[in-house]
Amino acid sequence: MNDDEKSVTPEPESDESGSQRPTSLIDRLKKGLSPFIAKGKKDLRAAKDYKRTQVWKSVFRHKLDETPRNRALAVLTNVFLHLQPAKVNRDAIRFGFTWGMGGITLYLFIVLTITGVFLMFYYHPTKGQAYLDIMYLHNDVPFGGLLRNMHRWGAHLMIITVWLHMFRVFLTGSYKTPREFNWSIGVILLVLTLLLSFTGYLLPDDQLGFWAVTVGTNMARATPLLGHEGPFGSLLGMTAYNDVRFALLGGSIVDANALLRAYIWHCIAIPLILAVFLTVHFWRVRKDGSISGPAPVMLESEMKFPRK
Amino acid sequence: MDWGQLWEIVSAPDNVPIVAMLFLVPFFTWYGFRQALANDRLIERLSKDPELAKTHHRKVEPYREGWSQKLYVWPHLLRVEFLAAIIVTVILMIWSITLNAPLEEPANPNLTMNPAKAPWYFLGLQEMLVYFDPWIAGVVMPTFILLGLIIIPYVDTNPLGNGYYTFRQRKFAILTFLFGFFVLWLSMVFIGTFIRGPGWMWFWPGQTWDHHRLVFEVNRDLNEIFGIVNQPWVGLFGAAAVGLYFVVFGWLTHKLFVWNDFNRKIFQQMTLVQYLTLQTFLLVMWALPVKIILRLVFRIKYVMVTPWFNI
Ligand code: HEM
Repeated sequence: MNDDEKSVTPEPESDESGSQRPTSLIDRLKKGLSPFIAKGKKDLRAAKDYKRTQVWKSVFRHKLDETPRNRALAVLTNVFLHLQPAKVNRDAIRFGFTWGMGGITLYLFIVLTITGVFLMFYYHPTKGQAYLDIMYLHNDVPFGGLLRNMHRWGAHLMIITVWLHMFRVFLTGSYKTPREFNWSIGVILLVLTLLLSFTGYLLPDDQLGFWAVTVGTNMARATPLLGHEGPFGSLLGMTAYNDVRFALLGGSIVDANALLRAYIWHCIAIPLILAVFLTVHFWRVRKDGSISGPAPVMLESEMKFPRK
Repeated sequence: MDWGQLWEIVSAPDNVPIVAMLFLVPFFTWYGFRQALANDRLIERLSKDPELAKTHHRKVEPYREGWSQKLYVWPHLLRVEFLAAIIVTVILMIWSITLNAPLEEPANPNLTMNPAKAPWYFLGLQEMLVYFDPWIAGVVMPTFILLGLIIIPYVDTNPLGNGYYTFRQRKFAILTFLFGFFVLWLSMVFIGTFIRGPGWMWFWPGQTWDHHRLVFEVNRDLNEIFGIVNQPWVGLFGAAAVGLYFVVFGWLTHKLFVWNDFNRKIFQQMTLVQYLTLQTFLLVMWALPVKIILRLVFRIKYVMVTPWFNI
């Protein structure tokens, strides 16, 4: 290595003249490049042992040999994976217990976020334009139709998986002490998921969404006290122009303002709120001692009642 | 039999998720109950044999002496998660390639869609509109459903079945939940999707949607049957009827709470607040099927009529 480096003397700038050394251009080029070739060879050799490079070490903070320590570190030193513990109940890994539904729901939420961001590039939440944007996206943008379909079907699927997740949490009694609070957080996640889907329904601004949202928000008219057609609403001075429905739609009918509000709720507010609750949800899963089971069965004769 | 009509409903792109649920929900119910019954058999065996209960590992999952209780997340859990993500992606891709998301005509307030349906997951609420006024179906009931779900952990005083599938040890809780989820929620979604046609009228699957069909239903209010037509007697009568419902069904629900030894044991653990909360929510829940029967069988529209609201 060092020998190579020493043998090379820096070439003068004006080597075209060829006056100092009568070697051929090719030879001189070779000579000039040789330190770089040597470096390249060194790099290649290092690449075979890539785990000792500075770059590698800076990214992966531990070795990857299959030792228990490294298996634990693989999870604990990764910001995304460290939501999970290093070790879990061996039986909880089986599909049968959780059906993977919570995880699948999370995954769908991520897919929806990504496809949703792409959709936003093509969409203006303005009356008239919105519908055309969707038409253009669906029919002319490369893979636009696929993108839109994935977002739509992913949303439907997410609702199904949330319901199934809740169903399995119920069947396994996982809401019992100490996980009561996390169940309640879960119910809020369920509501947010439904609202997310509902606000998205209006955005194509077609007949389907328009009437669905009209039907849906018409019920708000009948809110007791706060709706102008609800019990005691008119006594409190509610009209079509100041009740809850008006607040939801930004108007007395589903129109431009409603479209804008749905858009902002759908793309910004609800996803952010959902992300906050999701964080709490996952954090609580960990703090409540990881998931609940499969736990050893308890017998009636061993029943102990917790204090209230 | 109008197969075309049936196909049109079943294959409407936005109805596909519900068709999928027709398979998914029964499958997972079966899957959960299979494990519940396996655990129940184990519980049965162990309660009969206290000696075995002391030494048994108490699970139905495969077990071998000396196996570590815990496994590393990497690779054991992560590989399952990645696999699940891939499978979901593939399913979603295939679904998205084969089926286009719907896009109807541009929104037009002057052209009413008939039937105008809410998104499928809210059709349960829309179906409830048949039986209750909007302030109940659209506002009170959803509120009660959500609060009811939230309070479940706080009123279920049964400590058994925490973290494993079982039916035997939680019959009351599971049957109540299944009733709410299947009968009152999912079946209403199915009815709203597959049965309700123009004018929100009842069309059997395969029956042609007739947009000009008129149904003359003679719906009466409960007070009219008893010949009471003047306020304030109508209102008072209605309040009495609702009160009667609460008393009778409260009593019936109470009977369930003390149905057998086990239920009584759980009941004893309840505080008064827990008991009253649970009663309230169950009574609101039973009100839905009661009203459905009153409406469909006895053609009764309102039970309670007042100048401000009707129930
Ligand atoms: C956006 C929706 C939701 C997401 C992404 C989500 C995600 C998760 C995940 C990943 C887990 C870990 C175990 C598993 O996969 O089953 C979990 C556990 C749990 N979830 Fe959710 N969840 C959601 C909604 C809900 C809902 C609607 C409920 C109930 C009403 C709920 C209640 C719970 C409870 C109690 C646990 C602990 C389960 C146990 O210890 O076995 N979650 N959730």
